[in-house]
Amino acid sequence: MRLWTLTFALLAALVVVSLSLGAASFGDDAGWLLMVSRIPRTAAALLAGAGLALAGVVVQQVVQNRLVEPSLTGAPEASMLGLLAVTLIAPGLAVAGKMLIAAASALLGMIGYLALAARLPREDPMLLPIVGIVYGGIIGAICVYIAWATDLMQFLGAWQLGEFSGVMIGRYEWLWAIAALAVLLYVIADRITILGLGEAQARSLGLDYAQTRALGLVVVSVITALVLVTVGGFPFVGLVAPNLIARWRGDNLRANLPLIAVGGAILLLSADIIGRAIRYPFEIPAATVVAVFGAGVFLWLLHAAPARRHG
Amino acid sequence: MAERRVLWLGLALLVLCGAFLAWQLRAPLGFILGLRAAKLGALVCVGAATGAATVLFQTVAGNRLLTPGLVGFDALFVLMQTLLVLLLGGIGAAAIPTGPRFLMEVAALGAASVALFGLLLRRDARDITRMILTGIILGVLLRGLASMVQRLMDPSDFAVVQQAMFASFGRVDPQQLMFSAVVLLAAMAVALRMAPALDVAGLGRDTARGLGLDHDRVVMTALLLMAAMVSVSTALVGPITFLGLLTASLARQVTGSHRHAVLLPAAAILGALILVAGQFLFERLLGSQSALAVIVEFFGGLVFLFLVLKRRRR
Repeated sequence: MRLWTLTFALLAALVVVSLSLGAASFGDDAGWLLMVSRIPRTAAALLAGAGLALAGVVVQQVVQNRLVEPSLTGAPEASMLGLLAVTLIAPGLAVAGKMLIAAASALLGMIGYLALAARLPREDPMLLPIVGIVYGGIIGAICVYIAWATDLMQFLGAWQLGEFSGVMIGRYEWLWAIAALAVLLYVIADRITILGLGEAQARSLGLDYAQTRALGLVVVSVITALVLVTVGGFPFVGLVAPNLIARWRGDNLRANLPLIAVGGAILLLSADIIGRAIRYPFEIPAATVVAVFGAGVFLWLLHAAPARRHG
Repeated sequence: MAERRVLWLGLALLVLCGAFLAWQLRAPLGFILGLRAAKLGALVCVGAATGAATVLFQTVAGNRLLTPGLVGFDALFVLMQTLLVLLLGGIGAAAIPTGPRFLMEVAALGAASVALFGLLLRRDARDITRMILTGIILGVLLRGLASMVQRLMDPSDFAVVQQAMFASFGRVDPQQLMFSAVVLLAAMAVALRMAPALDVAGLGRDTARGLGLDHDRVVMTALLLMAAMVSVSTALVGPITFLGLLTASLARQVTGSHRHAVLLPAAAILGALILVAGQFLFERLLGSQSALAVIVEFFGGLVFLFLVLKRRRR
């Protein structure tokens, strides 16, 4: 229980800081400012962080590798490709339709990655993230080529570099869907844990492997699409939060899922606060802060881990 | 045999350069030729520098999948440029003449890379995949740091960095080009002189030492040379991640040789060939600008995946 008290104290402190930090100062219209800008911004960072961290866990269980996360599987790039196609072919489509297409293309991208991953040997866990990075880079190059040819580079830039400065009331509410997905994941947490044991083991324990895996992947692609379309992409969140929690608390997903979600939320909100504070009143995108911090943690994980431990 | 193939490659490059200069040439001749020559010079310099640097790096790392771009050498260069401007201010940094400034940067980059990657290569030599992953993530970290520092700058200072970093093939500073060419030629000459030593160093540290080679000194020299080449290409056009991988693997395929006396020039010529041919194709024949770097990334990435999968199937 002490753990939860501490975690929530930290979270609450960050929320207070986030609510009170910004270019405008509180005056007579403090309530209005909070309602329209600060609360939505804080909520968006929390939801996106939690969602990305949960998506990271699911992907790691599916490929049985701790060093993988959604942004290292080509999912965001595939999602961007789908969004580009929508923007070019049917620009008038409603937001729900765009989300759907973004999620579907993220799913396709991940299926492609899994097909590639199946051809790689199990004994070299570090190969999976490398292949994922390059695979994402190839899809990204296609995106850049199309965007360049059709003058959509600005869209692409907004998707690639996630940040929260544009979040206002009425422009982030889609992210609340992540809360629903988080509940769903909590309900099926045990199945996801068994997924991480591998196909043969999972089957012998009576799990419908293909169905559970498909469900997990759908959840991941929906979260990826939601975050990408509303606030843009963030690297490494899905990698850092689950790994740090697992190192500290072990692998019991049902016990850890809430912690992982809160951890991701804390991570992304801190990144946003740092980005806002470091050159006040100007802002650094949260994605840049996360990239630096996340890459640092990734390097530490690579070298602190005993070599060749099961991923 | 291999030497003759290199000669053929050189000949092809010459023909292509001629075509690049002479294609649909109209009046005013002098003006157009001047523009094209500057662009051609930049393309050749960047291609040659990237190709040769990659061969050197792969020898030092003992790994055919690594390239300086993948490991974030260009990001290191960008980060240093940025820090220089941050410390001295935009005007202060611009006031240093091109020559000394470039030399200073190459020296600093060389020192930093020897410190950083010398350590990395030594520690991780046994676990190649981990080394590659470390390199890639290090590149992400360096790029993130550079863009973070750039966000912290005054807009006017940032403009100076941007000018220095992302001069495209279109507007190349002739003085900088001359300087880059001289540095590149000098680095190539030194690298070719030590080609036999590099051949031995490519056998691995223990074997090379057993054969009486001062392995660590050769590696340090190779890293310094590579730093100079990477600086040349990054200063001229900015990063193209997978060009090195593409040229180095092509050079090995074409020459079928492990000797650096052949590989280095072959990779340099192939790098120049790819860039000039690509630019010619896109700019003159397809009429689309600036897509070249993206296409190189696309095919370079495919080659990388192919190499990884092929390596594993054996």
